[in-house]
Amino acid sequence: MPFIPHTETDIRDMLGTIGASDTEELFDEIPPSLRMGELSGVPVGMTEQEISRLMHERADTDGRPLCFTGAGSYDHHIPAAVWEITTRGEFYSAYTPYQAEASQGTLQLLYEFQSMMAGLTGMEVSNASLYDGASALAEAVLMAVRANRKSKSRRILVPTTVHPHYRKTTRTIVKNQGIELVDVPYCSDGGNTVPDSLKHFEGEDISALVIQHPNFFGVLEEVDALTEWAHSQGALVIAVSNPTSLALLKPPGEWGEQGADIACGEGQPLGVPMAAGGPYFGYMCCRQALVRQMPGRIAGRTVDRDGRDGYALTLQAREQHIRRSKATSNICTNQGLMVTAATIYMALLGADGLANVARACHANTRALVDRLTENEYVKPFFNRPCFHETVLQFSLPLADVMRPLYAHNLLPGYDLSKDYPELGNALLVCATEVRSAADIELYADHLNRIIESQTAAGCPVQPKMA
Amino acid sequence: MSNIPVDLKYAKTHEWVRVNDDGTVTVGISDSAQEQLGDMVFIEVPETGQSVAAEEACAVVESVKAASDVYAPIAGEIVEVNESLADSPETVNTDVYGKGWIFRISPSDMSELDELMDAETYESYLDSEAH
Repeated sequence: MPFIPHTETDIRDMLGTIGASDTEELFDEIPPSLRMGELSGVPVGMTEQEISRLMHERADTDGRPLCFTGAGSYDHHIPAAVWEITTRGEFYSAYTPYQAEASQGTLQLLYEFQSMMAGLTGMEVSNASLYDGASALAEAVLMAVRANRKSKSRRILVPTTVHPHYRKTTRTIVKNQGIELVDVPYCSDGGNTVPDSLKHFEGEDISALVIQHPNFFGVLEEVDALTEWAHSQGALVIAVSNPTSLALLKPPGEWGEQGADIACGEGQPLGVPMAAGGPYFGYMCCRQALVRQMPGRIAGRTVDRDGRDGYALTLQAREQHIRRSKATSNICTNQGLMVTAATIYMALLGADGLANVARACHANTRALVDRLTENEYVKPFFNRPCFHETVLQFSLPLADVMRPLYAHNLLPGYDLSKDYPELGNALLVCATEVRSAADIELYADHLNRIIESQTAAGCPVQPKMA
Repeated sequence: MSNIPVDLKYAKTHEWVRVNDDGTVTVGISDSAQEQLGDMVFIEVPETGQSVAAEEACAVVESVKAASDVYAPIAGEIVEVNESLADSPETVNTDVYGKGWIFRISPSDMSELDELMDAETYESYLDSEAH
């Protein structure tokens, strides 16, 4: 079925009206050297029936494994009501509407989302979301450079305990804008950024310090001391936090004396299912004083001339459709649909419910660590407290352990050797609230058997001699 | 018809410049510019002590409609900024050539002022832009 509504006659009539002989003529002004010509490498079309079958086959290869992997994306229970409501026709759009004020319901939802995020982070304002956690950090870095007018260096301290993907994305986005990202190494005992290790930057012009808390290793950072140090040096503080953790931990707005200046992160844990490549969403909050440098859309509440509540997009004069290349951002995609899900998720759980989820995650991860480290070949790597994720050290090759676990349809964790080769056989594990005691037992049983088979003196299965 | 005082100089980017007795110059945006932009909601002023090149963007006037750069009409050092605009940006609408000034520059080369337009030239420049 053709999806273009114009018939041949419509097209001829339109061309006749403007005096063009064919549609090709409309593209005359583009020099032939710039034209693409025929598209190559695009396979022939498939029928709906064929594509549906192909996609189901591909989806089935996932195998729905038992997941003990986090590393930035977390397997949480999503109440059925979340996506039932989110996919109602009134909400089902990926974007904030272009004629925004005509959609008061959408704007009210964004306003509620912003209120919840500001509450969760302890910050004064929130935007209506960004693309994902990694690009939210990149936007926060750009924002910090604009907002810190006392600092001229455009240098940002980025601990290596920040998610490796976030660091890569940020580098890609800011590297051609004269911004320097400076690595700060972590402590090999604690897996954290030691405030004293920043001493040698003292007196230098630093625009901002990034603090991920809990950090990529799941470890809690000394946020108060780090924030105090940054502020004493005239640097802004960019907090990167898992929103679930904020239901229990001190929010960025309360770090140190004055709190962090910008808080951002990945919103996926709030009701968005795990998926390769997303869609996820980024969140960003800041102090009121910096709001004019904050990228993205902000829904505001106001009253109409009859005194009734109404919602409007605000601070649009700084956005790209008005300010073009000088806008606060030119990537400021927000994820309206994911934010709708997150808002409903938070509303359903409430503050206490979210805190219960966070507590259950922490307890399950501790139970997992206790159980797995009963095996003498497995030890906790770092000695500092964790939230719902932590690093285990294996005294045998990790790949040999992971492969058979995959075969048991179990995702044992995230292998850190590519991003942190210095850690050796280190596995980042996570057990959220959906992992039961039986799941943990199953993981431990498989692991113990696999380790035993690889370490037992003498192979239990004797090779047959010919 | 917008108000164009004859004792001021004007830049093509719609700033006005007043030469003070102490050799510094005061800069704001023209009546025509404030009229076009509409109600001001925020004025971002430069940092005192910052040195600026001629035609360098160094302030932002944000109205309900748009956020526009304000350019330094002459090179020099910013010696004073109008802090009161932080609380009352609408002064730029109500008293554009007086209390609505934005920053003061100590020029590095006074002769650059000759490049700017007088009131009469600015008026015909506005006419030509309107057509």
